[in-house]
Amino acid sequence: MTIAIDVHGVEKRYASFSALAGVSLRVEEGEFFALLGPNGAGKTTLISCLAGLTRANAGTLRVMGHDVVNDYQAARLALGIVPQEIVFDPFFSVRETLRFQAGYFGIARSAALDAWIDELLAKLSLTDKADKNMRQLSGGMKRRVLVAQALVHRPPVIVLDEPTAGVDVELRQTLWSFIRELNTKGHTILLTTHYLEEAQQLCSRIAMMKEGKIVALDTTEHLLNAFSERVLRVKLESELPVSLVPLRSKQSGAWHQFEIHDYNEVETLLARLRESGAVISNLEVTEPELEAVFVKIMRGEQTLGPAA
Amino acid sequence: MIGFQTLLRKEILRFWKVAFQTVAAPVLTSLLYLLIFAHVMAGSNAAFPGVTNEQFLIPGLAMMTMLQNAFANTSSSLIQSKITGNILFILLPPLSHWNFYFAYVIAATVRGLAVGLGVFLVGIFMAHIPVYNAAWILVFAFLGSAMLAALGIIAGLWADKFDQIAAFQNFIIMPLTFLSGVFYSIHSLPAFWQTLSHFNPFFYMIDGFRFGFFGKSDVSVWLSFSVALGAFACLSAGAVWLLKSGYKLRQ
Ligand SMILES: Nc1ncnc2c1ncn2[C@@H]1O[C@H](COP(=O)(O)OP(=O)(O)OP(=O)(O)O)[C@@H](O)[C@H]1O
Ligand SMILES: [Mg+2]
Repeated sequence: MTIAIDVHGVEKRYASFSALAGVSLRVEEGEFFALLGPNGAGKTTLISCLAGLTRANAGTLRVMGHDVVNDYQAARLALGIVPQEIVFDPFFSVRETLRFQAGYFGIARSAALDAWIDELLAKLSLTDKADKNMRQLSGGMKRRVLVAQALVHRPPVIVLDEPTAGVDVELRQTLWSFIRELNTKGHTILLTTHYLEEAQQLCSRIAMMKEGKIVALDTTEHLLNAFSERVLRVKLESELPVSLVPLRSKQSGAWHQFEIHDYNEVETLLARLRESGAVISNLEVTEPELEAVFVKIMRGEQTLGPAA
Repeated sequence: MIGFQTLLRKEILRFWKVAFQTVAAPVLTSLLYLLIFAHVMAGSNAAFPGVTNEQFLIPGLAMMTMLQNAFANTSSSLIQSKITGNILFILLPPLSHWNFYFAYVIAATVRGLAVGLGVFLVGIFMAHIPVYNAAWILVFAFLGSAMLAALGIIAGLWADKFDQIAAFQNFIIMPLTFLSGVFYSIHSLPAFWQTLSHFNPFFYMIDGFRFGFFGKSDVSVWLSFSVALGAFACLSAGAVWLLKSGYKLRQ
């Protein structure tokens, strides 16, 4: 397997402040990878180093095996970046913007390019805006154009820095099904987002950053299993039997919450409740959530993986 | 190569789409200068024997307008895209620093020449303009525009705000053009100012350019050519070096 993104020992300082304090990370070709972390963790800084927009003070970064400094042209050809901030050129229409972007990447005007641009516009629901000036687009539409711009040269590695901020629900779903389709076709995807359920659904591996360091790096499944328990919540008509109080993790009103590690424990707990004569009026089992994992890791309760 | 061509096309379209402001307006301004100064100077001694004041003024104004507009083109393009952030679109692709340099300088030179041609065409209606040597006219038109385009790249990279570009224009470009003999022959100046003028590269641009029209100049046209070429080479080296280092573009 080729390593699509290879980041090794990257440091970035702004004056005395360390935005990246030795980050190492490998994303394999074809992966759908999430880079998560609170505001200011250093996600965008890392992406900027990868894109050659910022120079790292130490460490190396490679895209599809090409060093982003020494072999910058090959590295940039392999990379499509959707930036976090919305930017646009007010001189041009959507279609002109995309044609220019393709040209900068060395793609000549051709019927094939026009067909690809039309396809991108259709996938991103921009077809009816194609000949509108960029100024006439809403914020969410401008963001979709940024997505199209990142894809116009068909890069094998696609980096999306919060692509769904300010994008409506319907488009968020079409966007993700499109990105998923690209991933199935072999494109490597690196995603940052603050919508953790998106990362949980889409990504097979996750890195979490905090204060310029990677504090967790594992498959989504492992992270969920290791950090987040399933929870059994029961609503009782009576008091909770005293013998079960030590097992309870939380109580709010008539609802009692128990952490469980596998489904057999549900059976056992329910049996014990029945035995002690408790009357259950409602019951639910919740699945593990990435959000809970994230909160735990960020609080520093536990760390996992090759943390720096 | 396609990347470079695309960037060049974009830079040309950027001013051409607003040609009314970027080409027509400066031509009008220099027409006003011409009307006013020719009127004020009417009756005074012409700079060169056999050359009327209007004839003398037109090449100087044309060159001044070319220099200012070539500078404005590169500097405003860079500062605008830095401030709006869309410079990102040309920083992400695999464009080299040479691609940047040539695309920006050529586009600004095209604007300089378009504006210069505009002033010349207007001038034809105002006075008979002789052409002594068209080759020198073109050489200085190209060199002057390209030199200020390179200076505009340096200013555009250095500046963080529009005011800084305006300051550059008002405190460097304007004084240097006004003190370069646009409106007079430097032989009409006191000795001290004559000497000082010889340190002004713009003086050589205008003097050499004027030579192409009248076959007369304050200094040898070859000296003017050497100075212009040298200044262009130095500013270009500076601009290319800044672009290569990623100065204020890729911190
Ligand atoms: N140009 C800069 N000069 C100084 N400090 C900077 C600069 N760019 C980023 N930083 C700092 O580096 C840190 C990391 O910023 P970065 O934008 O990478 O965070 P992030 O993880 O992308 O956050 P968010 O989720 O808010 O986008 C922040 O503390 C930020 O203030
Ligand atoms: Mg960010």
